[in-house]
Amino acid sequence: MNEKLLEIKDSAIRQIKEASNLSALNDVRVAFLGKKGELTAVLKSMKDVKPEDRPKVGQMVNEARKQIETILEETKVKLEKEALDIKLKEEVIDVTLPAKKKKVGHSHPNTLVLNEVERIFTGMGYEVVEGPEIEEDYYNFEALNIPANHPAKDEQDTFYINDKILLRTQTSPVQVRVMERQKPPIRMIAPGRVFRADEVDATHSPSFHQIEGMVIDKNVTFSDLKGTLTKFVRQMFGDDTKVKFRPHHFPFTEPSAEMDISCFKCGGKGCRFCKGEGWIEILGCGMVHPKVLKMSGIDPNEYQGFAFGVGLERITLLKYEIDDMRLLYENDDRFLEQF
Amino acid sequence: MNTSLNWIKDLVPGLECTDQEYMDAMTLSGTKVEQGVRLDKDLDKIVIGKVEKVEQHPDADKLVICQVNIGQDELIQIVTGAPNVFEGAKVPVVLDGGRVAGGHDGKLVEGGVKIKKGKLRGVESYGMMCSIDELGSTTEMFPDAAEDGLYILPDDAVVGESAVSYLGLDDLIVEYEVTSNRVDCFSILGIAREAAATFDKKFVPPVVKEVGNSENVNDFIKVRVENNDLCKRYTARVVKNVKFAPSPKWMQNRLRAQGIRPINNLVDITNYVMEEFGQPMHAYDLSTISGNEIVVNTAKDGDEFVTLDGQTRKLDENILMINDGEKPVGIAGIMGGENSMITENVKDVLFEAACFDGTNIRLSSKKLGMRTDASSKFEKGLDPNLALVAMNRACQLIEELGVGEVVGGAIDIYPVKREGVKIPFEPEKYNKLLGTDIDKDTMISYFKKIDLVYNAQTNEIEVPSWRQDLLCDADIAEEVIRFYGYDKVPTTLPNGQSTTGKISFKHYIEKMVKNTVEHCGFSQGMTYSFESPKVFDKLLLDKDDESRKAIKIANPLGEDYSIMRTLSVNGMMTSLSTNFGRRNQNVRLYELGNVYLPKQLPITELPDEKMKLTLGMYGEGDFFDMKGFIEEVFESVGMRDKVEYSPESKLNFLHPGRQANVIYNGEVIGYIGEVHPTVASNYAIKGRVYLAVLDMESITKNASFDYKYKQIVNFPASTRDLSMVVPKDVLVGDIEKIFDQRGGKYLESYKLFDIYEGEQIKEGFKSVAYSLVFRGKEKNLEENDITKAMKKILNGLEGLGIELRA
Repeated sequence: MNEKLLEIKDSAIRQIKEASNLSALNDVRVAFLGKKGELTAVLKSMKDVKPEDRPKVGQMVNEARKQIETILEETKVKLEKEALDIKLKEEVIDVTLPAKKKKVGHSHPNTLVLNEVERIFTGMGYEVVEGPEIEEDYYNFEALNIPANHPAKDEQDTFYINDKILLRTQTSPVQVRVMERQKPPIRMIAPGRVFRADEVDATHSPSFHQIEGMVIDKNVTFSDLKGTLTKFVRQMFGDDTKVKFRPHHFPFTEPSAEMDISCFKCGGKGCRFCKGEGWIEILGCGMVHPKVLKMSGIDPNEYQGFAFGVGLERITLLKYEIDDMRLLYENDDRFLEQF
Repeated sequence: MNTSLNWIKDLVPGLECTDQEYMDAMTLSGTKVEQGVRLDKDLDKIVIGKVEKVEQHPDADKLVICQVNIGQDELIQIVTGAPNVFEGAKVPVVLDGGRVAGGHDGKLVEGGVKIKKGKLRGVESYGMMCSIDELGSTTEMFPDAAEDGLYILPDDAVVGESAVSYLGLDDLIVEYEVTSNRVDCFSILGIAREAAATFDKKFVPPVVKEVGNSENVNDFIKVRVENNDLCKRYTARVVKNVKFAPSPKWMQNRLRAQGIRPINNLVDITNYVMEEFGQPMHAYDLSTISGNEIVVNTAKDGDEFVTLDGQTRKLDENILMINDGEKPVGIAGIMGGENSMITENVKDVLFEAACFDGTNIRLSSKKLGMRTDASSKFEKGLDPNLALVAMNRACQLIEELGVGEVVGGAIDIYPVKREGVKIPFEPEKYNKLLGTDIDKDTMISYFKKIDLVYNAQTNEIEVPSWRQDLLCDADIAEEVIRFYGYDKVPTTLPNGQSTTGKISFKHYIEKMVKNTVEHCGFSQGMTYSFESPKVFDKLLLDKDDESRKAIKIANPLGEDYSIMRTLSVNGMMTSLSTNFGRRNQNVRLYELGNVYLPKQLPITELPDEKMKLTLGMYGEGDFFDMKGFIEEVFESVGMRDKVEYSPESKLNFLHPGRQANVIYNGEVIGYIGEVHPTVASNYAIKGRVYLAVLDMESITKNASFDYKYKQIVNFPASTRDLSMVVPKDVLVGDIEKIFDQRGGKYLESYKLFDIYEGEQIKEGFKSVAYSLVFRGKEKNLEENDITKAMKKILNGLEGLGIELRA
């Protein structure tokens, strides 16, 4: 009996080792441990064994079974792993094949710049506000200290609807509208479309965008204006941007200034981009004129503040090195998809 | 405004600086320099030479060999082809290694032309004698230079000295952007005063003396000003026995540097004074002035007048005229008349220096379409105090230059004298505005530089009359930092009460919408707000279509930009057309922009500005893709109710059978459709184009992010398929309405899975198949629950004439 068992066991182990795949292995399992398997047959023949020998034989059979099962299991794990390895090998793909991509649209470059400007100023506590594009002469000019027949009205080449209503030439009227409805402290920026009677060419458009900014409080100073705008351009154009404030004149601010930044292309050495100047004019600004405050219902003896106006397209063209303003309004897909 | 730097330096003794230092410093103190151009930038090694000997070139008929004295020990030999060379001629000579500005054909060469010694037809030549063109100027500016050939210099030219400085070309011409508030800086004296203040030097203006003989001007002329508002001051003087001659070289050089052509002594003096003081003057032939009388008054409507350029001008009652006893002789401040102009036969001259109202001159000059040197000065609003001093300066020069005999006395009609204003001195206020800590004495020292007088008794600043821009504390504060230095002002951040940075909900929704449509493949376009009225025809709008009621611009750039858009469609179609024309495939664009809807026409109040989201596409995608995009937009802003589409939009520019109003919560908030093929062809687009226009105000109103969590249900779902035969005119939307109304609480969702028209379906019907999903929220559904719901639905469908398919 013992010999027979040993023989079965050896034969099973040999056949297990010979099995080259999972199905062959399964055949071996059935051949020995299945209902009609050899080892099962031994168990079935227990009735022929003498009763006193039965426990011993039984134990021997179980041990043999255990050993076979253990080896079977080990072999199964091994063969499964081999099979998986083969499968993985077969499934290798060329990862450099093109991506399956849905075509995604792009924001207009003006919008990208505006988003940036809005992010910077909302971070400094400014509210983004809007005003009408078709505006009253009063808000566009008079309330900004540009009375009737002021030469500045001519300079701006205004589109008129009638004597009283026009297409706004600047976003500055929003300053007045905000001051009329809101008590200081005020911190606002007002982006929007403006219009001037300029013929279309590479550097002019009869319709473009400005971003107006204004801060009114009890102790807002010219030095705050300098600090705020310096912070703005450094966030916009980089920490090493140098700034220069030059005296200028706007009817609605006093003192007024123009701000130059060091050319971000050449860093100030002078290049084609900055016309050899090393500096790029970026915006106009100043302390809100006391007359403007007063006309808007704010007491200039109690409050003061600053305002500034940036040409959005000017920054867009500079930032993205676009050399023709007309591209911004043609909406050629090959242009837009670059942003 | 341009100035010669040499002239400025003459008025500011001790001003020593490089060109660049001058320009930078002036810009930083508020007189912005646009550019500086050196007249001699391309001139090098050019001296005055004298031709001592001229001999024929042995091998060239047209060349001569000259021996030229350039003030050195030896003569130099120069070969020239110039026809006008002669022995004894003084000429500009460029030496070996020098440069000239261009060829004798008048063409300038960037960087100049280098001159080297060499051989001309075998004969050595050690330099070149120059024409005026080669020196970078013109015979226009140098009337005494030969039209063709060398510039033969006057006798006073000193051999061996620099020809460049002799001709006044060693100068920097500085161009400034003078702002409209600084009328005083439209003059050499104004700029020089600023330069002196900027460099902390003394400003030395010319000393003006009133000259004149013992006669009395009042015996020659009487002046009456009828309109004192428009003529604030009128001064007149008389010069007798005028003798014309060229003006002296120093004056010619200065005028040339200012870009003014020298003409004769009389004209040059008026131009000189206009540059120097910024005060225009006019000269009349006294013999043409009838009645020895000048009357300043406005014209009559419809009057005509011939100006000295020979043009007939139509006048009106707002145009101020200078008249004599009988007739008009000049348009005040703009141009004199042909009838009184100075000719070479003039004997006695009447000089006028006046101050006219700037606005009136500006409007008249615009109306007449004539902007002259004089009018462009007057329209800025001159200081009336200038008139007499400028007049006297001119007469002084007349006498100095021996142009004529100045008659004693001046007529001066100046009823209301302009006085300078007085502003209280408030140093703390200036510092508070500026964020600086500048002491009082420093401020006063700045004032002194620009002739603002500080009166310690009254503690007031007395502003000179030419500074019409200084009126309040802020103006004075600007004068303080101009000289303190904008760059020295500290940089700080506002520290007051804190404020909240924010964007409006509307703006936030716009950003969300942009994100969504960009993810659907649409790129953002921007188009103009104004367009041509012809677009309405292009879009096939009916003659009485509401959208034709557009706001007109009174002064448009042209018809193409003359009305404010009432529809956003044209801009989109134009952009798509541009792309199509450039063979860009599968283009999807969107725009967020306003349309302008008048409340009445012509408008008397501001119109409604409505922001529209406009989607446009051609190439891949169809009507139902477009519907999907719209619904994605809605979903992204929390508009989760059912969107309905009704084919009643009736827009002419869309395909009559492929368009719909977009309805949300019962309100039409936009439209969608395929572009009418005729319209597409009007925009030169072949193939199908799809549009959707949504009203952003409605979207903002309906947008909400107020979501509430609903329990996720794990009970199993049961599906029922419904195959129907549906009359053709019944919309799928109508069927879905039945599902919504009658499906009951267990109907979770439904989905169209087949729609078919054709052979197996009877005429006038279509086959529509839906799969309906039922699920209980609190329990497992029983067969009965579903059957009840299905029965209700089927009853409803029957009402629409729908049958179940066998």
